[in-house]
Amino acid sequence: MRFGVVVFPGSNCDHDAWYALSHNLGHSTDFIWHDSESLGPIDAVILPGGFSYGDYLRCGAIAKFSPVMAAVKSFAAEGGLVLGICNGFQVLVESGLLPGALLRNRELKFVCRPVKVRVETTNTPFTSAVQRGQNLTLPVAHGEGCYYADAPLLAALKAEDRVVLRYVDNPNGSLDDIAGICNDRRNVMGMMPHPERAADALLGSADGRVILESMVHSLSAAHA
Amino acid sequence: MSDLTASELDKVRSILKREPNETEAGIFTVMWSEHCSYKSSRLHLRKLPTKSDRVLVGPGENAGIIDIGNGYAIAFKIESHNHPSFIEPFQGAATGVGGILRDIFTMGARPIAVMDALRFGRLDDAASGDRNRRILEGVVSGIAHYGNCFGVPTVGGECVFESCYDGNPLVNVFALGVFRHDEIFFGRATGVGNPVIYVGARTGRDGIHGASMASSEFTEESKQKRPNVQVGDPFMEKLLLEACLEAMHTGAIVGIQDMGAAGLTCSTCEMGSRAGTGVEIDLALVPKREIGMKPYEIMLSESQERMLLVADKGRENEVFAVFKKWGLDAVTIGRVTDDGMLRVKDGGVVVAEIPNRELADEAPLYDRPHDTAPYRPAPMEAPEIPPSRDLNTDLMALVGSGDLCSKRWIWQQYDYMVRTNTLAGPGGDAAIVRIKETDTSVAMSLDGNARYCALSPREGVKLMVAECGRNLSTVGATPVAATNNLNFGNPERPEIMAQLVEAIEGMAEACRFFETPITGGNVSLYNETLGEAIWPTPVMGIVGLMKTGPPVTIPFKRVGHTVMLLGGLGSCDLTRFGGTQYAKVVLEKLWGLPPALDMDYEKRVHSAIRQIVTEGHAESAHDLSDGGLAVALAECTVSGIGAAIKISGEIARELRPETLLFHEGPSRILVSTAVPEAVERIARQHNVEAVRIGATMKDRLRIGDGSVTWIDSPVDRLRQVWENALAEQLAPVHV
Repeated sequence: MRFGVVVFPGSNCDHDAWYALSHNLGHSTDFIWHDSESLGPIDAVILPGGFSYGDYLRCGAIAKFSPVMAAVKSFAAEGGLVLGICNGFQVLVESGLLPGALLRNRELKFVCRPVKVRVETTNTPFTSAVQRGQNLTLPVAHGEGCYYADAPLLAALKAEDRVVLRYVDNPNGSLDDIAGICNDRRNVMGMMPHPERAADALLGSADGRVILESMVHSLSAAHA
Repeated sequence: MSDLTASELDKVRSILKREPNETEAGIFTVMWSEHCSYKSSRLHLRKLPTKSDRVLVGPGENAGIIDIGNGYAIAFKIESHNHPSFIEPFQGAATGVGGILRDIFTMGARPIAVMDALRFGRLDDAASGDRNRRILEGVVSGIAHYGNCFGVPTVGGECVFESCYDGNPLVNVFALGVFRHDEIFFGRATGVGNPVIYVGARTGRDGIHGASMASSEFTEESKQKRPNVQVGDPFMEKLLLEACLEAMHTGAIVGIQDMGAAGLTCSTCEMGSRAGTGVEIDLALVPKREIGMKPYEIMLSESQERMLLVADKGRENEVFAVFKKWGLDAVTIGRVTDDGMLRVKDGGVVVAEIPNRELADEAPLYDRPHDTAPYRPAPMEAPEIPPSRDLNTDLMALVGSGDLCSKRWIWQQYDYMVRTNTLAGPGGDAAIVRIKETDTSVAMSLDGNARYCALSPREGVKLMVAECGRNLSTVGATPVAATNNLNFGNPERPEIMAQLVEAIEGMAEACRFFETPITGGNVSLYNETLGEAIWPTPVMGIVGLMKTGPPVTIPFKRVGHTVMLLGGLGSCDLTRFGGTQYAKVVLEKLWGLPPALDMDYEKRVHSAIRQIVTEGHAESAHDLSDGGLAVALAECTVSGIGAAIKISGEIARELRPETLLFHEGPSRILVSTAVPEAVERIARQHNVEAVRIGATMKDRLRIGDGSVTWIDSPVDRLRQVWENALAEQLAPVHV
């Protein structure tokens, strides 16, 4: 299995995602520079956390214009797996690959701590190896992670089983406790918690592995 | 503005053999400021131990470097940003983080951890509470803003409140980075003819004379100094980090130094001085973000996120290519010469010409008078202490006090996990960060105690060094090296200078004894507002090494385990009770002397706990410090598991219960264990006491002597008070 991790100027969880995939899970993983016009021969792409282009404007608002995002869009259109974590989720929302918006946290402060999230659906390639209703302990670290959708969108997300993760203890005021969603084709997911920071029990939790392992299983099944 | 004194000006004239012009006078003023030249402290700093087998680079460079084995090394240092943080808390603290990070990566190391030692005025003070709260919130969000965006975890620190910081908060930032031995770079302008290259942010008018501002007292006019505070751009710094490390790997860079205090001036003359060369630059080539800047302003600007590097002649393009990739300015602004001069031109016209070595290394050296007793803000005599009315109430007051309560409100705003190395983050006795490439982890602890130092700078500092070492040992690490930040008042006052000298001498003795040489640090003097000096506030940062593995943490883990006090119950007379948190919070007084320390016993306790922890006998471990035994026990119960503690024997009969429960005698560590015999065996080997004082139990913390119960509290209640105190003090009308 071959993963790609996009590096925007200001990405700072790129190395963490790379380390979790290559060292903790043992899959070859490449960095993809933000001005690349192609993703190369990869099976799945991660948009990592950080502060792309400084995020001095709305988070992810500049990153959507980078050349690599055109490549990510085509990759997604062809059914490739795209996982956006934290800032990566914000970039996916700004790029229109996922609906809704991520607002400033309810407390107007950056929040870094482990949170419990509940897996709401296993009908995605990102949660296929998890049990529905299973709780995962994953770290969050963000200032703008409060998910918002208008009423019709929220209704559609629920009706189409696209709310993938919900906070058990909501750290940021997200609407309906939403921590992660997927697109209607179910091959693009965004989540505020960091699975790559929970891929090694030494760091307190290895619960994030199931997200990354689900991707591997889904890809293996598709290849078989 | 502290301009040059008459005698300093004479020295300038004798160096130049003429009158300095305006630009030259400005250059001398900043380079010879207290902040850059350490002119009042240098004489005494020489007393500190600086060498060991592990020290690869000691004081004098941008950061100290120690060997951690397997070809790897760590660089670390602490620096203050006190004055800017008072004038503009958010940017002052943010640029404090930025500055120390550049000190680390300019040496080639990738920053992997930051910690902060913070001091503020009291939040509940009727007159200044509002301002103190605003300063705290600004400082914390400034640190969060910079560190989080840059992508370095803020893994720990400390935060203390005293009235003496009302008009002079302290922000000391520690940073640590990792690299291989063959990746170390120095700030040296070697190779005559090599190009001098400016990289990073453009130069503006911000921060001009920041270094001199940091070298004077606060007066009513200080509020007008806001333009002296720089503005930070952590995104730019992140790009600069990646570009610098990548450029270093090309092999085309021969020397590099960040532009921190005194900006372009300091970086040019120090790089030249270290290499014994001259540096010639042309200011017309410097990237600027404002028009019409005078040479004086360009040389003295402290605009952030800038570096100066010297490349191998002919290989400039390799360097430029890297910076272009990261979207950064990189411009050749001059060259290395053989005449030892700092020659500054503006469009070809020479505007300043000063010998590098004299400018950088021949700053005035003052032996300031200190033949007097250090100023003490407190009496020696203990006051009449009425018996405690309710020890439960006292304990609640202590765990809910600013100094002792949980600082979660602060550190939850910091990304303490980015880079996925944090084995133990904020809130523990020491932070632990693993080095992925090796099986070694680095533990680190910051410690200061101005109460102790106000009573005796010499004894106070020794206690701090001991406590830092105890913190590290409690998580299983061996202390190996230290950095220090000396925050004091006006050194021109003998009773303040005496505090500084006593503190340095105490530090020298303790660091020598505990084998933690000082590899660098910072001195921040003139911490006075309207004539009122802060208490002497030295801060120690000590790093230790350990094998990577699951950390042993503070909270009790299981019910029914033995609770032991390694080091014993200690003792304390009333004189040495006057610097405790009990004296502060419950009695609202300060007197006497700090707790007595036996360094030899302390060191044996360190060795014993390290062995207990590394052999896996400790379920939990927590060293006793501020608040003494009862507060440490309360902190162990935050997991929800309590304990029944019985303190008996001679000492329990001798001491009043409040002394027994809350004295702050050092050399003591709480351990919960399933194998008390193993702990006792190890304690015996090291010739230290290990007392079984009780057992963990569900839900309650109960402490007594077997007949009388002094403390009996639900642990949930203790935790609530401890967890919520800071948020409540910050939002007093919260409902």
